[in-house]
Amino acid sequence: MADTICRTLRDGGLEGEHAPALTIKDSKASPFGFDVFNYVLTQLSNHILAGKSQSRGLVVVAYSRSPSFYVDLLKRRGIDIASSHDWIHILDCYTDPLGWKNRLIDKDISQEASSLSSFCQDVRNLDKLYSLIIEQGKGLIGQGKDRFSIAIDLVSEMVRHASISSVAGILSNLRSHDQVSSIFWLLHSDLHEIKFTSVLEYLSSMVASVEPFNQAAFGQRVDLENLSMLEQNFRKGKFHVRFKRRNGRVRVMCEEILVELAGIKFTPVLSEDEIINQRLLPKVQFNLQLSEEERNERAKVVLPFEHQGNGKPIQIYDGRRSLGENKEEALVSTGKLQPDEDSGKGQIIYFRDSDDEMPDSDEDPDDDLDI
Amino acid sequence: MENQNLNLLDRALGLDGPSEPWPLSGRVVLIEDCVETSGSFVLHQLVKRSLSPTSSNVIIFVAFANPFSHYDRILRKLGCNLVTQRDNKRFIFFDMLMLRCPDVDEGKSSEGGLVLLYEKILKTICGLPGDKKDYVTIMIDDISLVEVAANGGSDYVLDFLHYCHALTSEFDCSLITLNHEDIYSSMERPTLILQMEYLADILIKAEPLSTGLATDVHGQVWLSDYLSSQRT
Repeated sequence: MADTICRTLRDGGLEGEHAPALTIKDSKASPFGFDVFNYVLTQLSNHILAGKSQSRGLVVVAYSRSPSFYVDLLKRRGIDIASSHDWIHILDCYTDPLGWKNRLIDKDISQEASSLSSFCQDVRNLDKLYSLIIEQGKGLIGQGKDRFSIAIDLVSEMVRHASISSVAGILSNLRSHDQVSSIFWLLHSDLHEIKFTSVLEYLSSMVASVEPFNQAAFGQRVDLENLSMLEQNFRKGKFHVRFKRRNGRVRVMCEEILVELAGIKFTPVLSEDEIINQRLLPKVQFNLQLSEEERNERAKVVLPFEHQGNGKPIQIYDGRRSLGENKEEALVSTGKLQPDEDSGKGQIIYFRDSDDEMPDSDEDPDDDLDI
Repeated sequence: MENQNLNLLDRALGLDGPSEPWPLSGRVVLIEDCVETSGSFVLHQLVKRSLSPTSSNVIIFVAFANPFSHYDRILRKLGCNLVTQRDNKRFIFFDMLMLRCPDVDEGKSSEGGLVLLYEKILKTICGLPGDKKDYVTIMIDDISLVEVAANGGSDYVLDFLHYCHALTSEFDCSLITLNHEDIYSSMERPTLILQMEYLADILIKAEPLSTGLATDVHGQVWLSDYLSSQRT
């Protein structure tokens, strides 16, 4: 399922469509969001380097870690960007986000930017930040019609320096830019009002939530009774992902995550637990599903204009008169439906070309509609 | 019993082994306590371990809570002479007790005061001899009083902590802070303490025993290490 997310980001968006956007959210109860972010970053980087992705470059907007952290991270994953980095650029919003170092009189203390990264020293100015991101992205892909991807390591830090509406605005603008292939960001949900989290989820085509493995243990005092459950929460978690399809349908999936020294691992939910793989149906007052009996009854319904070949005349009830009163007339009228080449009158010949398809099959036939 | 408890803490932090490389290099430690159980003893223990004769550590101690004499008296009982360490330039004490940002133009003054403090810390680190620059520990006692000094401007405090966090990355120094969890317990969304917990690699909580008060055991200490897949 995590690989599904990475494939979606890899494939990017269609012409004229907004770029796929992923929100990764976690909380102190299960603080593995950054591990997930690093996993997605590594996977996307591998796809870009292999030439398998729509995007040809990656701009990392680093709020919570230094550029050197990402260099080391990718190096540990087998990607040496120090020697070859024409496909990646790190916008450093971590080292001097408010220009404090820049104000220092002693310029020897100030750091020089490298070719791999550049400083953003005023994170409060989101218009300028937007321009920097687009400029760096275009610098990676050149003048052609190629696209680039964007990774923002902490939107929670971004919103500390700007309003919710301006943060939502820049994310929406980035997502709708025609040269942005995909975008993903991390959010600590317990730092914000529900309103802000909801805004980001609304902007996203995928929402990945990291939740505690043992929900009951969170928030309790540490004692010998719940120690093992709390320890589990520090290594394991649950990973819920909500996908929004192009046609508006929503799909929810769940995995388990295990955080180790080497990185994060995603595993299917254990067999003794219920596998959560459901489609999200709107909550309405009528039933959208069919029971077994209803399916059988539906199969017995005679479709209009279909011949069952049993020799009996077909009776079609038009809803205005009872069948018993006008039986003879109906029989006469339906008799004329029999094919009669000599009469020269119109007729309807219906051939059923296939059996019914279940409306919620995995391959949605409406996916290729250009709506 | 007390020595055994302290040794457990040392072992949990990796301080019972060789002093170099310093196990807490490049890491952020947050100590949380409450009125019933003070966590200051953890800070004092870390000062003592940092200044052990076998290590090369230099401590920049930013004191908002107590004067130098207070820490000197306590550390003497633990076998550490802070006056000597101060003279040897291994214990650099910033007395911030009198830092109070003026009310006029609150925002800029609060931020300006913390910018100056950051600049002072940065220049101190850069002014150290080459061999000592890689063994710096910044300690702040305590963050709630930094917030008071900033006239309640928790955003400025978070900005200041962010810049201190950046120092751990730039110079591989340690950052150890103390804050009181119960100050924020009544808030619907305690943003400052949560943000600090997100910044921290190691969280040490001092809290009372679930069974209540006792004469010989004052509380329990719980340590969480959010390693290490994020570190080289």
